[in-house]
Amino acid sequence: MSGELLDLSAAAAAAAIRAGELEAGELFELYRARAAADDLNAFIWVADEAPAADGGSPLAGVPLAVKDLFCTEGVPSQSGSKILEDYRPPYTATVVRKLADAGATLLAKTNQDEFAMGSSNENSAYGPVLNPWDRARVPGGSSGGSAAAVAAGLAPWALGTDTGGSIRQPAAFSGIVGLKPTYGACSRFGMIAFASSLDQAGPLTRDVTDAALLLRHMVGQDANDSTSLAFPEEVQLPSRQDLSGVRLGVPEELIGAEGGIEPGVRASFDAALEQAEKLGAIIQPCTLPHAPHALSAYYIIAPAEASANLARFDGVRYGLRVGGDVDLTTMYSRTRAQGFGPEVKRRIMLGTYALSSGYYDAYYGTAQRVRTRIADDFAAAFGSVDFIVTPTAPSTAFELGAKSDDPLAMYLNDFCTVPMSLAGIPAISIPCGLSDGLPVGFQLAGPAFSENRLLDAAYALEQALGFDGSPARNGGAA
Amino acid sequence: MLSPEVVDHVARLARLELTDAERDKMAVELSKILDHIEAIQQLDLDGVEPTSHVVDVVNALRADVPHRSLDPEVALASAPEPTPAGFGVPSPGASAE
Repeated sequence: MSGELLDLSAAAAAAAIRAGELEAGELFELYRARAAADDLNAFIWVADEAPAADGGSPLAGVPLAVKDLFCTEGVPSQSGSKILEDYRPPYTATVVRKLADAGATLLAKTNQDEFAMGSSNENSAYGPVLNPWDRARVPGGSSGGSAAAVAAGLAPWALGTDTGGSIRQPAAFSGIVGLKPTYGACSRFGMIAFASSLDQAGPLTRDVTDAALLLRHMVGQDANDSTSLAFPEEVQLPSRQDLSGVRLGVPEELIGAEGGIEPGVRASFDAALEQAEKLGAIIQPCTLPHAPHALSAYYIIAPAEASANLARFDGVRYGLRVGGDVDLTTMYSRTRAQGFGPEVKRRIMLGTYALSSGYYDAYYGTAQRVRTRIADDFAAAFGSVDFIVTPTAPSTAFELGAKSDDPLAMYLNDFCTVPMSLAGIPAISIPCGLSDGLPVGFQLAGPAFSENRLLDAAYALEQALGFDGSPARNGGAA
Repeated sequence: MLSPEVVDHVARLARLELTDAERDKMAVELSKILDHIEAIQQLDLDGVEPTSHVVDVVNALRADVPHRSLDPEVALASAPEPTPAGFGVPSPGASAE
């Protein structure tokens, strides 16, 4: 039975529990045992026992894995950092609470790059996560633990966050679905902040239907996040079978050699476009003239915001303190020197430099103007296409250590995902095939609050592509 | 290439103690990243308004009604140096600016 249970999507499991065909406790125990035996290092904390479940609730007690950076009352919430080792917050993030209210049960907290800064999960203070398709490779990041857990069947579904691609890229590397919602759709309250104008929570799931179901119970305005917005309609479960008349724009700037798109990734992307065309989609070129500059703008804006957000980690209110017997400023500087890892320090330095007197306008001001241009590019493109499609990442999952000594090479992973983040628009990655045995992600992006249409289009394509994620659940392909 | 003095200045602003080796490595890495991202300074952005936030919201206000927040003992539970008066810190001492 457990083999069959493992093959159930989260939505199917919820339906079976509500129909009385399955016990929520049995499902939780299956995943709890798998999570506790995890050898991918996908988790930072796993529940000891099944919490009380309401089988009649919308999510019917289906267990949920949650990225470490979501504050969860009484449960370790460390954002992958030593500076927050064993921190147990006194309150719970809004999206986690909303999902619990809808009946999700907390299975585990997932490993991540420290403070969500990274594209490989190698920046975690709690060790790297392995990719279940090939354990010599990274699962992507920063939501690498969430992606690996879902891909390997250690959790039915998971929460992640996306600042410049941190849901979509690990979803692509791990052969699962990842959705970054419209900025403001989900409350950021209780998410340990990285870059506040970009951070957004979203689902990492086995299929598009699960992503829609999880998102339905995440969205909504929150008095505790003044940038959150009311979602204009209920999130629907997708049902569309065709793409008749749907115009898919292929931006020349994001699919060519400039972004370092590997030939195998490009071939898989092109094959998916052919499938879309067979479903009735109209494939047309489009242009996002400033998109190639998005990465530069992003790597000014995100570190600038991070340098301000991470000022709160100072050894006073929570977390690590080093040098309590010295003067205050030295205590701050030593605590931060020992508590933060190299990538976090690099970004704090970069952001502090970009915001410092004399450089502010040349860096931060310029980046903000480029951001305006990028958002305008998307708005113009959506005048003639319904969605913009790209490969999610330039490559498939790379080997552990392959890029850890070259920050710039690591940043280039985000080439295709960062433009949407700067524009605040929703984007989804679905697996579209394999290249040398490793999953390739296909990204669709739409205008703000187009999630229902986006999920419908992704669903239609998903059905036609018929990607098989089961090798990763059955112990991996290699 | 960023000079060691600039790196030290930024580290001080960021309250990060760097070893000499870290400082030298940081100078190289930051310079490489800055060389790459400085390309955007060549773009023609005259008259373009900066975007600090993509969401078009203005001042989310609530009624000025007191509400309960965390009890002091709960707020202090994770503090490295809780005291009856609040969060304890070392003396600002000679480093006070």
